[in-house]
Amino acid sequence: MSTLAIHDLQARVPGRDILRGIDLTVSSGEVHAVMGPNGSGKSTLSHVLMGRPGYEVTGGSVTLDGQDLLALPTWERAQAGLFLSMQYPIEVPGVSLLDALEAAFAASEGRAASEVRELISVEAGRLGVEPRFLSRPLNVDLSGGERKRNETLQLAVVRPRIAVLDEIDSGLDVDALRTISRRIEAATAEDNLGVLAITHYSRLLHELRPDVVHVLSGGRIVATGGPELAAELEVTGYALYGGAADDTPTVIDSGGEAADPFADPLA
Amino acid sequence: MPTLANFPLDNAARRSDAERFAASELPTSALEVWRYSRIDELDLTRYALPSDGVVSQPLTAAAEAVLAAAGDLAGLVVTENGRVVRCEVDDALAAKGVTLGPVEPGDTAAAPPAVDDPFVTLNAAFGAQPLVLTVPDGVVVERPIAVVHVVAGDGVVVFPHLVVVAGEQSQVTVMEHLSSADVDALVIPVTDFRVGPAANVRHLVVQDLGRRVWQLGYATSDVGRDGFLESAAVALGGDYARLRTDARVSGQGASSNLMAVYFGEGEQMHDFRTLQDHSAPRTTSDLLFKGAVGGEATSVYTGLIRVRPGASGTNAFQTNRNLVLTEGAHAESVPNLEIEENDVRCSHASAIGPVDEDQLYYLESRGVPTTVAERLIVLGFFDEILDRIAVPSLRALLRAAVGTKLEHAVPRD
Repeated sequence: MSTLAIHDLQARVPGRDILRGIDLTVSSGEVHAVMGPNGSGKSTLSHVLMGRPGYEVTGGSVTLDGQDLLALPTWERAQAGLFLSMQYPIEVPGVSLLDALEAAFAASEGRAASEVRELISVEAGRLGVEPRFLSRPLNVDLSGGERKRNETLQLAVVRPRIAVLDEIDSGLDVDALRTISRRIEAATAEDNLGVLAITHYSRLLHELRPDVVHVLSGGRIVATGGPELAAELEVTGYALYGGAADDTPTVIDSGGEAADPFADPLA
Repeated sequence: MPTLANFPLDNAARRSDAERFAASELPTSALEVWRYSRIDELDLTRYALPSDGVVSQPLTAAAEAVLAAAGDLAGLVVTENGRVVRCEVDDALAAKGVTLGPVEPGDTAAAPPAVDDPFVTLNAAFGAQPLVLTVPDGVVVERPIAVVHVVAGDGVVVFPHLVVVAGEQSQVTVMEHLSSADVDALVIPVTDFRVGPAANVRHLVVQDLGRRVWQLGYATSDVGRDGFLESAAVALGGDYARLRTDARVSGQGASSNLMAVYFGEGEQMHDFRTLQDHSAPRTTSDLLFKGAVGGEATSVYTGLIRVRPGASGTNAFQTNRNLVLTEGAHAESVPNLEIEENDVRCSHASAIGPVDEDQLYYLESRGVPTTVAERLIVLGFFDEILDRIAVPSLRALLRAAVGTKLEHAVPRD
């Protein structure tokens, strides 16, 4: 049993406070959704949890099973059991998926680099990733949807305790969204994975059914409830929670990355 | 040991070169072509010509490793301080007219390239044994030919000179390796590739000289009608190591690809100056130079694409990318275009910067330790070239050498 405990987390980018005191607790096997309007701090939350350079934590704490994550460099947070599926997976020219995951396994306790190839092959089969993508440099020349599949594949191979999914649905067609959601649900059941799914659109939550839904607005969690909260948002939008009146979380079928307005504030 | 001043020159051509050199002044960094260089530090009186007798030292470990990794060869020449100590060529190829070996200094077969450079003149005057490789028309040499230069002895100046003449529709791959013991020496290598019509020539030169050795190199090439030349330089060693490259594409439809990998650490300086010179229609040149600097090292890339009148339909590309790994390191990149024809497609790009922070973050977010992530990214940066070199069996060795450079370049606590 693992627990990611976020307490009164505050963070800023130069010149702007973004997170103004977040409280969230995610435990093994649970699926939490964080929904929020444009600019509410969703991407910042994901990157602050993982330790991306450029964000300054100004208060609060984040622990994973009692271990202070904020004191650790990014790679040690990952080794401690936290995984981030990025909204915009970064291209790493010249470094293959196999190279990266073998290096991660080699640095871990209790896992061997020699396991990676087989694990990738199994997960590629489960997720329908074509083998030719596996030898390519990470994320280079992949479509948005292919990148999200690739993130999920890595999640499945790495087997974290807690996974943060930052807009994992953007860029995916419905079939791909379903495949990815089934794999993540399987991880919650098989590996007792805890999930923090950050999304603007409720359509992800039709596939990846949350136990708890939080609404993030103005850098704070302003509402928490069951799945019915997502259903309510689908009807009423975020206006009640400080978002713009037209910031309605809608089911859309083609969320291309270029059209996605919810960019990382540092990107 | 004889000095440059009192060395007895055996023939008229050499005497005339020596006089020409003596009459010229050494260049300074005030000259555009030597801008950014360390030429002002050069003191020729510190160096003397190696004595005549061949001492037959063992090969350097670096040369041994490269020869072991290269696998089966079609020919091999080993020089020590510019003198041939070993020369062999496959019998079957010799029977087809392939020749490889030293010629007399001053021999017209090894006439110096017609460039205005005092060190090329010096090489012509004082080089001990120019090497000539000739591949007759239509002959395909499948395995690589290796030319290994070893520099031994403190205070020597050595003048390697290699001429490659590839006949019409011939094919050959030439791998050169320069290495030395830990000596204070000056190496002035000249290579001259003459690629015939529709010939296919690939060239790899690996420079792994000692850390107190200076190199002032000049590589010229000319590609004839529909011919193809690929030339890759891997520069790892040297104190100040300069390589000037003039790549002429003078036959219609000819192409010339230039690549380089360079990696400096400590106080090293790698200095590249390139010219892609198009003088015929529908010619192509593609340059990709990638470097890294760590420690207090410096690198310079200065390149010019020249498209002369009449070279219509030219495609010419020039890309230089540099990783700066430490605060004390420095890289310069100066790409230039000089285009005197309308119907051309040319581009140049250059970049200088640290290892990408976002790429590091991505790998770290998967659990890859920072130093390992940096190593993966740096090796991946160079793989774009190492994956394409003419002697694929050397890839692993060169990749390992780049990894070792990285360990020296970035201090770890």
